[in-house]
Amino acid sequence: MEATNPIGNHRTNALPHVMVGLGVACLAVGSYLGLFVAPPETFMGNVQRIMYVHVPTAWNAMLAMTFAFACALIYLFTASWKWDARLEASIEVGVLLAFMLCMQGSIWAKPTWGVWWDWDPRLTTTAVLLFAFLGVMALRKFVDDPVKRAVWSSVATIIAYVDVPIVYFSVKWWNSLHQTQSSPATVSKSFYLPLRLNAFGILFLMTGFIMLRARLASLRLADELTPPPVQESLPVAGELA
Amino acid sequence: MELTASIRKELLLQWRTRAQFLAVLVFGATALLLFSFAIGPDASSLRLYSAGFLWLALLLSSTLTLAESFQSEMENRAFEGLLLLPADPRGLYYGKAIANWIQLTVLGLALVPVMVVLYDAGTLRLPALIGIILLGSAGISAPGTLYAAMAAQARAKQMLLPLLLFPLIVPVLLASVKACSLIILGDPMGQGSSWMMLLVAFDAIYWSLCGLLFERVVED
Repeated sequence: MEATNPIGNHRTNALPHVMVGLGVACLAVGSYLGLFVAPPETFMGNVQRIMYVHVPTAWNAMLAMTFAFACALIYLFTASWKWDARLEASIEVGVLLAFMLCMQGSIWAKPTWGVWWDWDPRLTTTAVLLFAFLGVMALRKFVDDPVKRAVWSSVATIIAYVDVPIVYFSVKWWNSLHQTQSSPATVSKSFYLPLRLNAFGILFLMTGFIMLRARLASLRLADELTPPPVQESLPVAGELA
Repeated sequence: MELTASIRKELLLQWRTRAQFLAVLVFGATALLLFSFAIGPDASSLRLYSAGFLWLALLLSSTLTLAESFQSEMENRAFEGLLLLPADPRGLYYGKAIANWIQLTVLGLALVPVMVVLYDAGTLRLPALIGIILLGSAGISAPGTLYAAMAAQARAKQMLLPLLLFPLIVPVLLASVKACSLIILGDPMGQGSSWMMLLVAFDAIYWSLCGLLFERVVED
């Protein structure tokens, strides 16, 4: 079976599981420190503690989307199935992280600004990016031919990713008439450790998820690309009776 | 040469199916009529939001015309024949994109009088308004034509095109609405030109990028 497999060997190594384990451990320790050890912030109080997951989620969501963009470029140049599987995995994980980011942003915005949603450039850009990548996911679902699916989703990913800076700047200009951007607050030393730990926690978790999901995608692809085995004289329903 | 032949073919096709264009125009005008019910009969707020309604109506109508530009090629597998021609597929793409651009511009201009009548949103700065409609339609047409090529060959085609296109053209919508609003309501700070520049930048990026990528989308 391995010889006819067009996408190479499927390593069944334990690395993704180690990554997920490491990620969960880092997140557990980081969240404990963030919730119980780090002091509450002067102005926002305990609400600010969401920063310990929110900021790492933001970093890693951007990282996952950027990795998807890189996978799309590499696939278009090499036509290697490995990168198509990685593209599928990183788009899905990126969408998940971007969705979590929007949710966390809303949860933080309600007690802080009094509204669930604010048309802040970063928040709006994340939402646009989320919908753009959801569109790419839909595209993958609606195209049956594996080659077309791989090429088209790579093209759509590149087009969507190039849009990110344009969306960011247009929303920034658009919104600047209503409110001024608050300057990024400098983070105090005692906030460092939980922030760092959680950032690495989500990074490990994300890497593990992308690896596992890419393995699943390449197994499915192998299944799709392998011609069905020739079966001789299948019994017809009538003959069985 | 390839490009002019391609544009001529598309425009001829559009001319012969002009009843369809009229139907899309009626759809856009109906959308404009419906938007006013969301706001209520208050004349001043209708005028305030008129540019937004115009662009939303144009955007919704555009999915119909864009989808149609490739749907007709799928009948009798005409598209495969086109690709077999010894011509650069980029000529085919730019022909379709330019024809769609022209059609969307005409549609946008035709919706302006409807907007003026319904929302009392008249302006005398017509050249600037035409310029924005040209730039905005170009921004919808370039990625829209590319996505329509994919959607026409996929399952659930009617759903796929807006799903892919709408998030992408948020900057076009934002800039066009803002620039049109400034023309209709007055532009004391002179901000209109910076929104036009944003549209020019978006158009330049996507007209070149989509032309490059189209070849990969249609190759077999």
